[in-house]
Amino acid sequence: MIEVKNLTKDYGTTRAIENVSFTVPTGQIMGFLGPNGAGKTTTMKIITGFMPPTEGQVLIDSLDAIDHSLEVRRKIGYLPENTPLYTDMDVVGYLTFVQRLRGIPQSEHSVRTRRMIELCGLGEVLKKDIGELSKGYRQRVGVAQAMIHDPEILILDEPTVGLDPNQIVEIRDLIKELGRAKTLILCTHILPEVDATCDRVLIVNRGKIVADGTPASLRAAASGHDRLTVEIKGPSDQIRSALEGLPGAARVARGDGADAEPLGAGCSRFVVESASGHDLRETVFAMVRDRQWILLEMHHEATRLEDVFRQLTVGADAQAAAGSTS
Amino acid sequence: MTTVLANTWTFTLKELRSFFNSAVAYVILTLFLFITGWFFASNLFLVNQADLRDIFGAIIPLIFLFFVPAITMRLIAEEKKTGTIELLVTLPVRDVEIVLGKYLASLILLAAALALTFAYPLTISILGDPDTGGLVGGYFGLLLMGAAYLAIGLFTSGLTPNQIIAFITGFVIIFVLYMLDKIIMVFPSAIASVLEYVSVGYHLDNLARGVIDSRDVLYYFSLIGLFLFLAVRTLESRKWR
Repeated sequence: MIEVKNLTKDYGTTRAIENVSFTVPTGQIMGFLGPNGAGKTTTMKIITGFMPPTEGQVLIDSLDAIDHSLEVRRKIGYLPENTPLYTDMDVVGYLTFVQRLRGIPQSEHSVRTRRMIELCGLGEVLKKDIGELSKGYRQRVGVAQAMIHDPEILILDEPTVGLDPNQIVEIRDLIKELGRAKTLILCTHILPEVDATCDRVLIVNRGKIVADGTPASLRAAASGHDRLTVEIKGPSDQIRSALEGLPGAARVARGDGADAEPLGAGCSRFVVESASGHDLRETVFAMVRDRQWILLEMHHEATRLEDVFRQLTVGADAQAAAGSTS
Repeated sequence: MTTVLANTWTFTLKELRSFFNSAVAYVILTLFLFITGWFFASNLFLVNQADLRDIFGAIIPLIFLFFVPAITMRLIAEEKKTGTIELLVTLPVRDVEIVLGKYLASLILLAAALALTFAYPLTISILGDPDTGGLVGGYFGLLLMGAAYLAIGLFTSGLTPNQIIAFITGFVIIFVLYMLDKIIMVFPSAIASVLEYVSVGYHLDNLARGVIDSRDVLYYFSLIGLFLFLAVRTLESRKWR
């Protein structure tokens, strides 16, 4: 379990994070989300004991990260941002080096190395120098060194940056696989990653936590609603008033914007925003059938995590910018 | 305690491997042998004396001035530059183990360089009858001096992520210590004797005479201890608030 209490970190006069608190229970995969420079990496560096906070405290399984630094470091596997590795060591040599320093008995080295090689798909590059590896393989070596001692807590800072789409899927699957038994913090600014892997999301912006919940609950809580785009053949005015009359329809607008496809003769397109919790698809279909209009197209768009994220971060930034320029 | 030694040794092996995997070790050893060999051979028959006073007293200390910071400049600076320091210090190891391990590796390389010059005293002992005490004391003194320089170099390597800055600052500190006893004539005698004691050359001369005095040994050990302590502090500097 990771308990983070009122962390504040100043770099000189710049405040990187301010009063950040959260708890990650054992077995949870938590996505730590935020735009670049929001304080994600700073928070990770403090949790892993790389540097102390200006104020506040980190407890790992109720041990203080500073007072019991060595014990805490034993429990954590860490992949720092940008995956720093020794470029002049080969993969097996490096994994052995890490195991020695982690105090793993010599007899277990080859077994553990083999397991990591299997898990992370490093079989083809065993004897290569890390400096010769592609970005994707390097990333996997980074993940392997973080997990080789089977840590209870795994902290991965942007593990999929610079990977190609196939590799991203592989690493994501790996993370999901691992997260079942471990406490895992995944730092990223790539939203589909969080949606695909995390049980819980924490969004930080400008050093403060702005949202905390499951991906689904965040979507639900966002003020943006589900949007339903419909194309119907029939009298335009009647369609509009009928749509507006539907229970649960919050707003109806014409959907023929500049980038919309051209409409057929006698057709009109509307975008219906529903109040949260309402799914209008069935009622719209029933309405069209009853009036004997023709439904040509219906497209449903759920609120995406991207929208939530933009709302929480860009909106706040705009406010802050307005405040600072005055 | 055993883990401290084991971890230190793991770091030492890693650094030694990277010395010998890259060109560093070979360049250092070759050039060191070439330069010392040149001065040894070119003067040997000219002077017609069975000693290594020039090599010990002047040539090797001069070479160390440049070579030692070159050996150490990479050791911590590169870790800071590439970010591997973050992985290193978040492993369950103590900062002092990291510093000692790296230091020991550089010391082994330096000792190897010195050991390769055993060919010179061997040659001399065939040709004449050198003063064994002077030779032993000379090697001992050079090793201690080199060890002190290495500690200084390791400290300056920890100050910065830039290897060139690490080299230059290391060189300057060593150069000052090296020059002190060579410029004392311009100082009043009270200051001069202090400067002389602080300079590295004075203690080396004592040892090279074949007199192993604990004061000289203590001097070098204090230098080593001081700068290794400071090197550990540079790793800890990330924790300063």
